[in-house]
Amino acid sequence: MPDSMPALPATPDEATRQTRIRLTINDTPHDLSIAPRRTLLEVLREDLSLTGAKPGCEMGNCGACTVLLDGEAVYSCLVLAIECPGHTITTIEGLTRDGQLHPIQDTFVQYDALQCGFCTPGQVLALKSLLDRNPHPTDDEIDRGMAGNICRCGAYPKIRAAARALARQQP
Amino acid sequence: MKAFDHVTAASTREAVELLSSAAPDGARLIAGGTDLLTLMKADLIAPPRLIDLKPASELRYLRFDDAGALHIGALTTLADLERHPEVAQRLPVLPQSVRDAATPQLRALATVGGNLLQRPRCWYYRGDALCWLKGGSACFARDGQNKYHAILDHSPCVAVHPSDLAPALLALDAELVIHGPGGARVLPVESFFAAPTDQERVEYRLAADEVLAEITVPRQPEGARGAYLKVMDRQAWAFALVSAAAQVALRDGRIEHVRLVLGGVANVPQRIRAVEDLLTGQELTPKLAEQAAERAVAGAKPLAHNAYKVPLARELARRALLAATGLMV
Repeated sequence: MPDSMPALPATPDEATRQTRIRLTINDTPHDLSIAPRRTLLEVLREDLSLTGAKPGCEMGNCGACTVLLDGEAVYSCLVLAIECPGHTITTIEGLTRDGQLHPIQDTFVQYDALQCGFCTPGQVLALKSLLDRNPHPTDDEIDRGMAGNICRCGAYPKIRAAARALARQQP
Repeated sequence: MKAFDHVTAASTREAVELLSSAAPDGARLIAGGTDLLTLMKADLIAPPRLIDLKPASELRYLRFDDAGALHIGALTTLADLERHPEVAQRLPVLPQSVRDAATPQLRALATVGGNLLQRPRCWYYRGDALCWLKGGSACFARDGQNKYHAILDHSPCVAVHPSDLAPALLALDAELVIHGPGGARVLPVESFFAAPTDQERVEYRLAADEVLAEITVPRQPEGARGAYLKVMDRQAWAFALVSAAAQVALRDGRIEHVRLVLGGVANVPQRIRAVEDLLTGQELTPKLAEQAAERAVAGAKPLAHNAYKVPLARELARRALLAATGLMV
């Protein structure tokens, strides 16, 4: 072992020490000071007031906290914020442009693809991740691509209808 | 989640050095984090230091070598594996096993290495109870709620292994490359998994200062075909009740090479050698597939609430063998 290796285990001071990071969220850089244990979901909501990503189960089981990390839908409750510098993060707040809803959001409205709306930001971003990769998914690909987002109101048939409409519409 | 210190490893070598210099239980590697963070959030583990392995980009690759072996870097995500066209063409059992695992969000982060290191989903283990697997004195599932548990009695713990990929890798005779302070070692993936014992209450055998670096799938016998079948409580986002992976190669209509692996039946995936012995050299008929499937569950000892798994495993074994032989789609 090289002599320069740090002594371990980490002391409580090291573990609670704030680390300075820069996160790029919705094309905007944010300089933050955070403890290593904080999840991306916590930092988005508590430090940046980006409350579109919802805390549901906080164990990677419900999909309410879905955001895009380098274009891929991920559960922000299972991502450490300290591991996100250098990555591109998109939240539901980043989908609107000049006050205009994103076409996926418009289609959700058109198809009434929500009831309470709690899961909707995650549903929209999961669908965006799918359509960005595969603009014309089959019905089966839509079901598989949307399998990671639970809707406790049971709006699934209308979410599916919205997704199928988008799969047909996209150029 | 308890507080921890966070450092990064830029290479496999650096990860081994950081692990070697840590106190016992002083540090854990984090890759995708999709299992590790759930364990930490539930306070099942509380490592004082996390070493982020993701910057070691040398561990994220998928490539076939000239001899036809597939090399999978441990940091390859399940999504990488699922979407790789050449893997889908040459080893379809791998994407088959991965595409019904977890959800798109989890597969985007979860790594192949971490998938093999994930801990069981038993509700006593994941919950507050101090069960045997967590260092307690008794497995509460044994006489408790054991609908999802083992039908083969290999350990004081009756939790089953959650991985979908692992049975497929066993069926492909995959090997693991593990780096430690003394260099690299290679072992069959089947030997990496082991039922928890009093001394080692975990489903794999990996020293605290070792890094799982690569999964190697050797060139398969000429004409080999595979199948991975999984039964879930619902059609999406569930762990396997039972799964079966089969890999079969025929020569002149007779089985020259066969692997049958069952998941969801024991602490770790089970290669069923008795079935392989029965089938080798034979022509697979529907009748013989039935006999083989019967033999696959011959040692089953179901618990109070999981007897349904026995016919499920028998039927999946039959179908997987037929599917891998091309007799049933």
